[in-house]
Amino acid sequence: MGTTVKVGMADLNLCKSPDMITTIGLGSCIGIALYDPVTKIGGLAHIMLPDSTQMKNNQNIAKFADTGIEELVRRMVSAGASKKRLVAKIAGGAKMFEVSSGSSIGNIGARNAEASKKKLKELGIPLKAEDTGLSYGRTVELYTETGEFRIKSVGKPIKTI
Amino acid sequence: MSEYNYENANTVYFDVLKEIGNIGAGNATTAIAEMLGLRLNMEVPQVKLLSFQELGSAVSEEDDTIAGIYLELHNDLEGSMMFLLRNESAHYLVNRLMGRDENYMEPFDEMDLSALTEIGNIITGAYLSALSSMTRMVISHSVPFLAIDMAAAILSVPAIQFGQFGDNALLIETEFGDDVKLNGFFILLPEPDSYERILKALGIEL
Repeated sequence: MGTTVKVGMADLNLCKSPDMITTIGLGSCIGIALYDPVTKIGGLAHIMLPDSTQMKNNQNIAKFADTGIEELVRRMVSAGASKKRLVAKIAGGAKMFEVSSGSSIGNIGARNAEASKKKLKELGIPLKAEDTGLSYGRTVELYTETGEFRIKSVGKPIKTI
Repeated sequence: MSEYNYENANTVYFDVLKEIGNIGAGNATTAIAEMLGLRLNMEVPQVKLLSFQELGSAVSEEDDTIAGIYLELHNDLEGSMMFLLRNESAHYLVNRLMGRDENYMEPFDEMDLSALTEIGNIITGAYLSALSSMTRMVISHSVPFLAIDMAAAILSVPAIQFGQFGDNALLIETEFGDDVKLNGFFILLPEPDSYERILKALGIEL
């Protein structure tokens, strides 16, 4: 058994087999898990907003889908992962409150998911699986031994993607 | 977008928030006490400026289930507000309202959820009417939206809103109760223009 690495909100980190990396309670945020199956290096980013270029205050690069994913790739590559081998799994992007459709927070989860997928595509990283949308929170765990991405929610069975 | 940053929060701003929190939460406590026929005392609210990492666990453990009520605000004050209750406090209030045993902890059913929404409606309504009379601002609000989920997931909603302007979030914690201690948390999320309007209404120049 390895150790557990915890990633907070607007934060990212990586670890290597046999360790596990987790982030607790994704709501409208997205957890992006990247994995290199050969070196068994895994990384996880917990992003809050879709696009750093829309914001004046964008120094915290882990907060945004675009800069967060770029930084995670950079750190994984410098730790020995191959960018070509990276695969992605994402979860989160829920609509936590059934607010009216015109509201800016109403669709932020969907926008975060969309921006994350767009950035992955741009970097040529295949999206292997996703569990996004709906209206509930998710805790995610990436197991670097196998590349399994486990999703836990309140009152629901554990899901592995 | 205006030059606005929650991190510039100064002591005056904190005092103002504390005062709003105090009067708002006081009103809210009175409303709940009347509704449930309880005698409730309230502690002086705590105003905290937290990083996102701290916010997720400020109400409860990150993966503990909590209840969150969210309202959109309009008119003179554009933005939103949230009221959050720990699981035990939510169950206690619903049990009192439904005339059940205090220790009943079964998952909420449909009736319980609408009772909880109503409790949230009364608490936030009392809070907003205090804010409105202090600032003489006309504040209207949407119907309340309720979510029961992991603390961190519910708090991601205000975190994202604060996140557009800075890297911190403001939380007001009130403790009320007599024999049972209840903890309620308020988060007020005015849009930048409205935030300036609140301070101006209270005679504070930034």
